[in-house]
Amino acid sequence: MNRVPLEGKVLNENARVAAELRERFREHRVLVVNLISSPGSGKTTLLEKTLESFSAAERVSVLTGDLQTENDANRLKRYGFPVKQITTGGTCHLDARMIEKHIADWDLDKLDLLIVENVGNLVCPSSYDLGEAAKIVLLSVTEGEDKPLKYPSIFFKSELMVLTKTDLLPYVPFDAALAIENARRVHAEMEVVRVSCLTGHGMQDWLNWLEQRKHAFLAGLPETVA
Amino acid sequence: MHEMGIANSILDGVAKELRQRPGSRAVKVGVRIGELAGVDPDALSFAFEALTLDTPLAGLVLDVEYRAPRSRCRDCSREFEVRNFELLCPGCGGVNAECISGDEMEFAYLEVEEDEPCAAGRKSSE
Repeated sequence: MNRVPLEGKVLNENARVAAELRERFREHRVLVVNLISSPGSGKTTLLEKTLESFSAAERVSVLTGDLQTENDANRLKRYGFPVKQITTGGTCHLDARMIEKHIADWDLDKLDLLIVENVGNLVCPSSYDLGEAAKIVLLSVTEGEDKPLKYPSIFFKSELMVLTKTDLLPYVPFDAALAIENARRVHAEMEVVRVSCLTGHGMQDWLNWLEQRKHAFLAGLPETVA
Repeated sequence: MHEMGIANSILDGVAKELRQRPGSRAVKVGVRIGELAGVDPDALSFAFEALTLDTPLAGLVLDVEYRAPRSRCRDCSREFEVRNFELLCPGCGGVNAECISGDEMEFAYLEVEEDEPCAAGRKSSE
């Protein structure tokens, strides 16, 4: 018997494609964010309200992932920005190859922001790097405050937690402070915004976060020669 | 159930290594998986067995080293294992620690057996 060392990441093929994508996004100065949550936490609704708030001049596009149907893309196309549906067939997450394939005919120079809505799933999408600058996790107030502890991987890897459906707080026994404390036990630097897409409360905080993240992303890029 | 895809990637890694070692048979493959990688070790083992069944790699053992996250205290620089998300530094009692590992998903090793000496060799010794 002979034991030989093996090196490298298990998902090295995905890691390779994701690294190529990340380099392209940096080259073309496109901020890419990857939205992840359980099914039904309000990713698509948050995107609808986000697109609705943008002026027609905003250079944004959306990739939305689901196992089946074009429903989400149809909901999001109404705002006039480029939207593509990725139907995975049965796969529980998006991977870097799917992103590469679906942006193939988009001119990245015409974009400042690409929002990826992952498949509704709090587990699997956390393992797959899509070349994004930031992962964002959504937690709705109808879920449990202990979700960050039950599904630590995605909370560990996300820069921002969006607490959604906050208009329901008077009606549900959800302790927002405890949920935030739990998220910060897993990820001490977790940023948090609270949003109700129904009343619009907190929407501006979310939009400000996106704007600031865009500035931070651009500031981190090497100076381009004029 | 993305463990199926992960198991498949492990087998790709094994196959790639075996191509470098003609005449060898893989017996055991070791991987290191952090608790924050979002991988269920049982589901991974199940997927691994299902994928190797009735293939040349049937019987290949998967050895998963499931690793707790580690943090480093920003105040006293001590590194420690994190249990139950308890971020208190055992050195100075501070709560100013940053996570330094825990989401890894890496290959560790491969155990191989050389094939039996070739038939011609055995025959001549009879």
